[in-house]
Amino acid sequence: MSKLLTVSPSPHIYGKDTTPNLMYGVIIALIPVVLASILYFGWGAVIVISVAVISSVLFEFLIQRFLLQKKTTIQDGSAIITGLLLSLCLPSNFPVWLIIPGSLFAIGVGKLSFGGLGNNPFNPALVGRVFLFISFPAQMTSWPEAQGFQTQYIDATTGATPLNIIKEGLGKGDSISHLMDKIPTYQQLFFGNMGGSIGEVAAVALILGLAYLLLRKIITWHIPVSIILTVVIFTGILWLVNPAQNADPLFHILSGGILLGAIFMATDYVTSPMTGKGMIIYGICIGILTVVIRRFGSYPEGVQFAILIMNGFVPLINYYIKPKRFGEEVKNG
Amino acid sequence: MRRNQALTTYKKGGIHPAEYKLTDKSPVQILPLPEKVTILLSQHIGVPAIPVVSKGDTVKVGQLIAQGKGFVSANIHSSVSGKVVKIDSLPDLTGYKKSAIVIEVEGDDWEENIIQSTDLLKDITLSKDEILEKIRESGIVGLGGAAFPSHVKLILPRDKKAEALIINGVECEPYLTSDHRLMLEYGEEMMVGIRILMKVLNVRKAMIGIENNKADAIYHLTDIASKFPGIEVYPLKVKYPQGSEKQLIEALTGREVPSRKLPVDVGVIVHNISTAYAVYEAVQKNKPLINRIVTVSGKSLKKPSNFVVRIGTSVRFLIEAAGGLPENTGKVISGGLMMGKALNSLDVPVIKGMSGILVIPEDETKRKPIEPCIRCSKCVTVCPMGLEPYLLMSLTQNGNFYRLEKEMVLDCLECGSCSYICPANRPLLDYIRLGKTDVKKII
Repeated sequence: MSKLLTVSPSPHIYGKDTTPNLMYGVIIALIPVVLASILYFGWGAVIVISVAVISSVLFEFLIQRFLLQKKTTIQDGSAIITGLLLSLCLPSNFPVWLIIPGSLFAIGVGKLSFGGLGNNPFNPALVGRVFLFISFPAQMTSWPEAQGFQTQYIDATTGATPLNIIKEGLGKGDSISHLMDKIPTYQQLFFGNMGGSIGEVAAVALILGLAYLLLRKIITWHIPVSIILTVVIFTGILWLVNPAQNADPLFHILSGGILLGAIFMATDYVTSPMTGKGMIIYGICIGILTVVIRRFGSYPEGVQFAILIMNGFVPLINYYIKPKRFGEEVKNG
Repeated sequence: MRRNQALTTYKKGGIHPAEYKLTDKSPVQILPLPEKVTILLSQHIGVPAIPVVSKGDTVKVGQLIAQGKGFVSANIHSSVSGKVVKIDSLPDLTGYKKSAIVIEVEGDDWEENIIQSTDLLKDITLSKDEILEKIRESGIVGLGGAAFPSHVKLILPRDKKAEALIINGVECEPYLTSDHRLMLEYGEEMMVGIRILMKVLNVRKAMIGIENNKADAIYHLTDIASKFPGIEVYPLKVKYPQGSEKQLIEALTGREVPSRKLPVDVGVIVHNISTAYAVYEAVQKNKPLINRIVTVSGKSLKKPSNFVVRIGTSVRFLIEAAGGLPENTGKVISGGLMMGKALNSLDVPVIKGMSGILVIPEDETKRKPIEPCIRCSKCVTVCPMGLEPYLLMSLTQNGNFYRLEKEMVLDCLECGSCSYICPANRPLLDYIRLGKTDVKKII
């Protein structure tokens, strides 16, 4: 025998999926959302997105290289996703000097402090967003209007988001039917002509992204479908019981961050449950919490908090919810 | 075949590795006799056979050389004629030394009672008990890979009754085509073998499951099955690991065999298609299990082929016949890509349960570096048994064997779907095997 043969346990063949492959798949799915945001918000969107992505990757590199002194993992694409998702839930007039600490918090505290990719209990982009939301509420709630490609950045014309209009209106005792005249039409909501964060406005682009994620089998249907259906059913019940005080389900789905959250945030591999059944429970709870916060809480939007709260329950879901084992029920048909 | 009928398969999990069926159009060739054969005494699950010949004896083809003692064991017969030159411990497929009989080949002198003609003998004249005794005497084991003595599987517990016989013609492993060629070339013999098995089990119905990537075999067998009452061919959707007993039963009958139960508990018995052929030869022609079809394949191999090989022929001899070992070879596998064993030497003998020899080039041999688990849940999705491979791996790493047992680690088939799919190249199955071994110690 001239040379030795390799001996290893089976299997001897491996699939083509790799971590970077899946991560870049998510980035590809976000392309329509990014393009739509540039179309609606112009230079503001370009600046916010590029600053968030570059600073996230840079912080991941710097912290891993110099602080943790271990192999850097920026090439796996997960820091790019964190940066992208963080920027997509910011307003397009958000100042650069605030984006950078946001990225630092998302990457440093949200992800690397727990041990890096795979170990973080909470979605890093949402951790960053909530940090900014609580620390800089004024800047985080000034929403430029989507008026087609514009060159203004910080000085863009701002207005209230549809959810804000409803929340404040109801607070002042207005009725829904009256308030609905003040918000954009459903067609505008679907295509994104409204105030809001960079990535949440264009429902059509988000749905395109979802189709890509499902086709490439990067995610399964469980989480997005269960969140969206729960919101539709819950808001539907409220709407049927008291249409004067509650907006209809279609409005709830198309406004605010539900689609962005359900498709891209809640489906984050690391922070979502491992089994189909677990994913559905997680999705239903996110849906319920979102509506509860929107309708009964003091914030107009609740998706971010709902997802973060449920992130905390994921280990518990994984512990108690098991897949159906083969042969569990004896069928004699 | 009913071409437009919806193909069935099992429900849970499964993967689609590339098929690489390079040899599905290559007719089976009879390999020339080697100079000597090394016949291992433990080619089956259970107690090794005890030699009944000694050094210096002259043996004929088909002569009993070692006897299976105990309930789960199998007889071993000489696959060649010649002189016994050694009875010693020699390396088996895993590299460990095991007892073996070495025979130097002289001529090709068969036992007189073996019918060597290729005529089809359709009439089953023997009684149930006579057939069972013949199968036991002939040393037949499950030829799909597990090598469980076949006669043991045919004796049902007294309180159990089989309703149907399932014949496994799935061959879901990449590269392997030995069952496929057998179905095409020895279809009628196989059908008689199935009728024999049906008689022993006293069942009226036999279902042959074949994956849809073997359309020619499905057509051919459906055609001849019409002449054999009770036998039906079922085309199945291509999905690995459909050749696993439990998965095949579910695909064909919709019944799930519960954890730690046997197929007969849901009223079926499963035998491999090449086992059915071996049963035909044993019962109708008095021929013990002395040869089998082995696929020798690999992308780098000059002449990938299907050979009829005498048991005990060295793997090196087989690879030479297929064009020699390519220069860039990194790994040689006995069995399939998903579940086969990597060999550490080519100087090991063919055994009853060996369905293929695969030659893998060096650049496809090495594993990629292990990365952190990103909890993508793909391993949970593909597991055909509904287990959570990521969890079983970490429980093994943490030595939490009581919880491992609770998480049903012993149900694992070791099909390798989890390791195959993992994007972070984590050796899930390696750890699960380790965990299984340790759990078996505590229960």
